[in-house]
Amino acid sequence: MADRRYTKTHEWVVVDGKTVTVGITDFAQSQLGDVVFLELPSTGRKLALRESFGVVESVKAASDLYSPVAGRVTAVNDKLTVNPELVNSDPYGDGWILKLELAGDLPPDLLDEAAYKQVTEASAH
Amino acid sequence: MPYLVHSEEDRASMLESIGVQSMDDLLVDIPQSLRIGSLDLPDGLSEYETMSQIASLAARNRVFPDRLTFRGGGVYRRFIPAAVAAVTSKPEFYTAYTPYQPEASQGTLQAIFEFQTLIAELTALDVANASLYDGATAVAEAAMMAHIHTGRNEVMVSGYLHPEYVEVLRAFCDGRGIKVRKGTEPGPKTAAVIFQQPDFLGLLVDAKTLTENAHAAGALAIACVDPISLAILSPPGEYGADIAVGEGQQLGLSPSYGGPHVGFISCRRELVRRLPGRLIGIAHDKQGRRGFVLALSAREQHIRREKASSNICTNHSLCALAASVYMTYMGPKGLRQVAEVSFKRAHVLAERLAALPGWEPAFPDRQFVNEFPMRVPKASAVVRKLARKGILGPIEVQRWFRELKGVVTFTCTEVNDARALDELLAALEA
Repeated sequence: MADRRYTKTHEWVVVDGKTVTVGITDFAQSQLGDVVFLELPSTGRKLALRESFGVVESVKAASDLYSPVAGRVTAVNDKLTVNPELVNSDPYGDGWILKLELAGDLPPDLLDEAAYKQVTEASAH
Repeated sequence: MPYLVHSEEDRASMLESIGVQSMDDLLVDIPQSLRIGSLDLPDGLSEYETMSQIASLAARNRVFPDRLTFRGGGVYRRFIPAAVAAVTSKPEFYTAYTPYQPEASQGTLQAIFEFQTLIAELTALDVANASLYDGATAVAEAAMMAHIHTGRNEVMVSGYLHPEYVEVLRAFCDGRGIKVRKGTEPGPKTAAVIFQQPDFLGLLVDAKTLTENAHAAGALAIACVDPISLAILSPPGEYGADIAVGEGQQLGLSPSYGGPHVGFISCRRELVRRLPGRLIGIAHDKQGRRGFVLALSAREQHIRREKASSNICTNHSLCALAASVYMTYMGPKGLRQVAEVSFKRAHVLAERLAALPGWEPAFPDRQFVNEFPMRVPKASAVVRKLARKGILGPIEVQRWFRELKGVVTFTCTEVNDARALDELLAALEA
């Protein structure tokens, strides 16, 4: 998807008007291994840019999730409560995590696919 | 027989290989002014001499028999069936330290799993951990769970929670910037309402209302409970408490000068990822064989680091095992009998004490299980007088609570037989 953008902390965003969908990247899920649980905020919560909003727990680690934009949580992917493995099997589709209503502008440092690829290649070494 | 593992030659060879002349050379960084010249220690003793000396020191202890002990306050004399020690003294349990390859120690894990199951059943909550150190730290750990779960920075202590538990709670909260407030009206900043049932004085509190008020304010309700009393009282899960904690000493452990004992903690399923400490689950392998395994490890500090709700890494596992054996051996019926006998004896005692001139129940309208407060003339004199007659009398609670001047709390359990009650009354009337 052309308009998908990324953060250095391995979240992705897709922007549709004021609505921002957030997930974790394919690289992130492959590094984490089998995801067994996600701790997610409730809808309505306001998140600052780069605020820690939850935890993704895999069989080998627990990692914080950071908000890629500032905004208000409008939806949480309920399917992940029962099927957290969707984050592994379909990180850019059914494995989405949150929808936010954007507050202000998009941060300037979101990465495009090529730039994010450089980040993952650098961290793979 | 040498008691020190290193001989003079060993030491000389070690000093030589690191290139120093003497042990003192290892201490050059410590200024002379901070060093002790020599210790004034007596000469060594033979084993026999040592034992004699210790025995004569021990003989100076004042030991009150269980049946003539009427003091509780969080630690209680109860009958401990021989089955408890028979199991806990098995070397497989007794000598093993925390297994660091846990799945290799199926017996240990099964014992922990059973402890968890028993505590969850007793408190009527979904899940219990492998145990904590004692009742005090269990209260504090529960408060940390509530703080992280709600994101709020205040915990409210309602009513007479054990004052030493409150001290430990404060110690935990200070470091995390959490306020400990006493009161009964939780607000929007309150993470949890903590109450004790029965309370420190032995009195029953309105646990249901306290729980409902906590929930109405968006706070969690933490019930600190007496495990034996749960055989006859409504358990925390039944009145809606989110977390139950308590001291498990009464479940097969001797008072032992105040420890080691065992704390327990259980909670609703939704809070399990905030639960501190080790958690054992059951899994099945590909062939369908049962195995006991560490469950939800990613909650724990070694993985979640500073985001974990607790940095507790261990527990008093042998004490937890004793509690498991006790509960299993007694069964629901046995526990109920213990609770009922204690209840009856305590109520007989309360009635007899109230008939003494000048004595009266401190809270005549309140109910109790097996510990109760009396208002008495000259509380300190009463305690001293009883001690002279070989009876460990009540606790003077004004030591912690100024408003309770002249109030003492008596405790009765199944070990205080009818004759012991007569002896107590005779001593007080004399």
